[in-house]
Amino acid sequence: MAEAEYVLELKGITKIFPGVKALDDVYFKLKPGEIHALMGENGAGKSTFIKVITGVHAPEEGEMFLNGQKVAFTHPTDAQKAGIAAIYQHVTNYPDLSVTENIFMGHEKIQKGTRKIRWSDMHEEAGRLLKELGASFSPKTQMGALSVAEQQIVEIAKALSVNAKIIIMDEPTAALTKNESEDLYRITERLRDNGASIIFISHRFEDMYRLASKVTVFRDSKYIGTWDVDEISNADLIVAMVGREISQLFPKQEAKIGEEILRLEGLGRTGYFADVSFSLRRGEILGLTGLVGAGRTEVCETLFGVAKHDKGKIIFKGEELRVKSPKEAMKKGIGYLPEDRQKQGLVLQWGIGRNITLPALKRYSKNGFLNNRKELDSAKALAEKVGVKAKSVFTLASALSGGNQQKVVFAKLLTGELDVLILDEPTKGVDVGAKSAIYEMISDLAGAGYGVIMVSSEMPEIIGMCDRVAVMREGRITAILNREGLTQEAILKASMDDSSPQSGGKVAKA
Amino acid sequence: MNHTGTDAAALQRTQGKKASLSSYIAKFRELGLLAFIVILAVGVQLRNPSFLTWENLNDIATNTAILAILSVGMMLVIITRGIDLSIGATLALSGMTAALTVSHNPGLHPLAAILVGVGIGLLCGIVVGFLVSWVNILPIIATLGMMNVFRGLTFETSGGKWVSAHQMPESFKGIATGAFLGINNLIWIAAVIYIVAYYFVSHTRTGRRVYAIGSNPESAKISGIRSGRILWLVYTIMGGLSGLAGVLWVSKFASAQGDTAAGYEMNVIAACVLGGVSIAGGVGKISGVLLGAILLGILNNALPMINVSPFWQNFIQGAIILVAVLVNAMVKRGIDRNNLMRRKI
Repeated sequence: MAEAEYVLELKGITKIFPGVKALDDVYFKLKPGEIHALMGENGAGKSTFIKVITGVHAPEEGEMFLNGQKVAFTHPTDAQKAGIAAIYQHVTNYPDLSVTENIFMGHEKIQKGTRKIRWSDMHEEAGRLLKELGASFSPKTQMGALSVAEQQIVEIAKALSVNAKIIIMDEPTAALTKNESEDLYRITERLRDNGASIIFISHRFEDMYRLASKVTVFRDSKYIGTWDVDEISNADLIVAMVGREISQLFPKQEAKIGEEILRLEGLGRTGYFADVSFSLRRGEILGLTGLVGAGRTEVCETLFGVAKHDKGKIIFKGEELRVKSPKEAMKKGIGYLPEDRQKQGLVLQWGIGRNITLPALKRYSKNGFLNNRKELDSAKALAEKVGVKAKSVFTLASALSGGNQQKVVFAKLLTGELDVLILDEPTKGVDVGAKSAIYEMISDLAGAGYGVIMVSSEMPEIIGMCDRVAVMREGRITAILNREGLTQEAILKASMDDSSPQSGGKVAKA
Repeated sequence: MNHTGTDAAALQRTQGKKASLSSYIAKFRELGLLAFIVILAVGVQLRNPSFLTWENLNDIATNTAILAILSVGMMLVIITRGIDLSIGATLALSGMTAALTVSHNPGLHPLAAILVGVGIGLLCGIVVGFLVSWVNILPIIATLGMMNVFRGLTFETSGGKWVSAHQMPESFKGIATGAFLGINNLIWIAAVIYIVAYYFVSHTRTGRRVYAIGSNPESAKISGIRSGRILWLVYTIMGGLSGLAGVLWVSKFASAQGDTAAGYEMNVIAACVLGGVSIAGGVGKISGVLLGAILLGILNNALPMINVSPFWQNFIQGAIILVAVLVNAMVKRGIDRNNLMRRKI
């Protein structure tokens, strides 16, 4: 076969999931022996793109060429046979099986004739691969007992064991420390020198500068452009990734900011986040942002008593707060609006009214019997207050639009007597009109003296709504930005740049 | 900074020690189970010297064989994160069909009777597997439904009547009562099945993939494993083993009834759980399941021998199962925590 100019080329790829265009006319070219970085914000379509290349998803439109020849993968094994291997963002291993098995799953060595697995050959080969990659653990170790970095190495060994010519790494450094990342860089370079072409997806600029020669940027499921790495500046790259303008109107009113109501001091939970400190005052909207997986939701769950922290303390209304359950947290005055309203926020098969009063049934009952009239009146009043659009309070929650469902969850929060509201991605999956209504509600709530923590990945709403913003990266707060210094670039920089978390010098005083 | 650094290191060291203990237990779980069985046996022997005699041990093994055979199949099902509640009914249906066949054709070779039973069992398994893997019905629902269907069919084929000892030819009853080299046939059959099963799960691709789809179904999909086929296979094997067990059961008790082995699936699941098969999928060893079945068998035999009332027997069995599950959960929690500690932030 004549050497084609590109080992892999994708043209005009479009992938549609019900209701969403996950990829919209996307292009990509990979040269032999090249490390090509693929960058973009959360939800830009990178992971979907990878799954198209590896045959997990079939695209609706577009063509894919391998060494100049057109291919169409219908099953992951097709891509495997073609020499494409992927190391996914969420490590996709079998925690209960041994390292050897993880490496060879799908292409075990078997004896001809008897079809018996050749364990000793496999262990030997696995050991050789691991040694080549500089790993010190035995191939017989159980996968689940390894650290994330070690699991990453196993995934790479897996790619090597199939002699992959194209290796895709989806955020391999996200969970690694600096030293571990450095090891990974060296391994990646060695793979390239041995003739593999590598697609490297990362949120870290450091990774890109250290490794890649080309960078392609996706934004909002679309292809933005491809550049030589030395040809594009950091700032231009950020503009390419963020791009959009803040076009929506944010009805942010200046609320009177009152006394401090909540303070976190060095809060930590093993394996999830560490050293998280910030404060919240009445009437204030505090943004909590960062990339997905930075530990935002985990911090909120800890505040709400879903999980326990094991370091630091929470000061609530001047006293140390120790809550063991969400019920207790609500009693004390902390409310939580979960990220996934369908799963965690609503009983979909129930009517609006019953959903709203669910957390406060005690108030509407006497001796264990519900006072239906009282419940109904209260539900009606609250539904009207938040502006739910529905025929009656008996309409099923499942029949509402995303925005209206979210309003019902808000109304649910308001049944309690709360001081602090934690809103986890309050406008996720909600259309623009409903978004603005939700913003207005949040603003009103802050005006009424609630302290609001708003977790969000959407920069426009963070910038448009928040008085202060805490940015998290890999389980730590990397910056607390005031309203004056609040730009998309500043947030992106704090959530991606590898300013060593130990230094802490850049953190503004809370 | 430096100070907290050493703190963290110290913490990690103590955690490491703790975790190594739980992983140690995890590794030697089967040994622990074996030790428990030995202690139990010695305890019973002290109370009743006729416990550890050749006859009694042979007896226990014979009585445990059917449970052990079924447990292997159930282990495979549970490893894929499934469950099969229909096996008691499958067993009854196959046993009844085999018994009816031999009662009408007394000259039939016992092997043919076994084939009839296994065939019926395989058919039942194929139906269940189809529902689970292709129609995507939750295993607990699919097998709950089929349990009643098979049970109904059993009564239908027999017209509600029993097939009793005098209607069965000696050759048929000989399947379960006969012996080879002084050891009961049932034990031989179970031994062969265990050897084959061991080879299947540890030395064939398909066997390892059973573990893979239970350990991480999403990952299995991405690595191109056809989970549907494997699920189907697993339920079919379970059905086949239930069919075999049906013939053995009817031959052993010399009676086939409509309600044969009703509720027996629970004993089988209990043996698996005792043997360390995780209901969450992905984990389970042949040796563990064998020991789990043996432990249940010994309890059934030993408790009456030391005059424990039948009421307390159930209680004790239940308590032992709970303790086993508790130990499992604690070990798993320790390992998970250890893995979290290794994540650096």
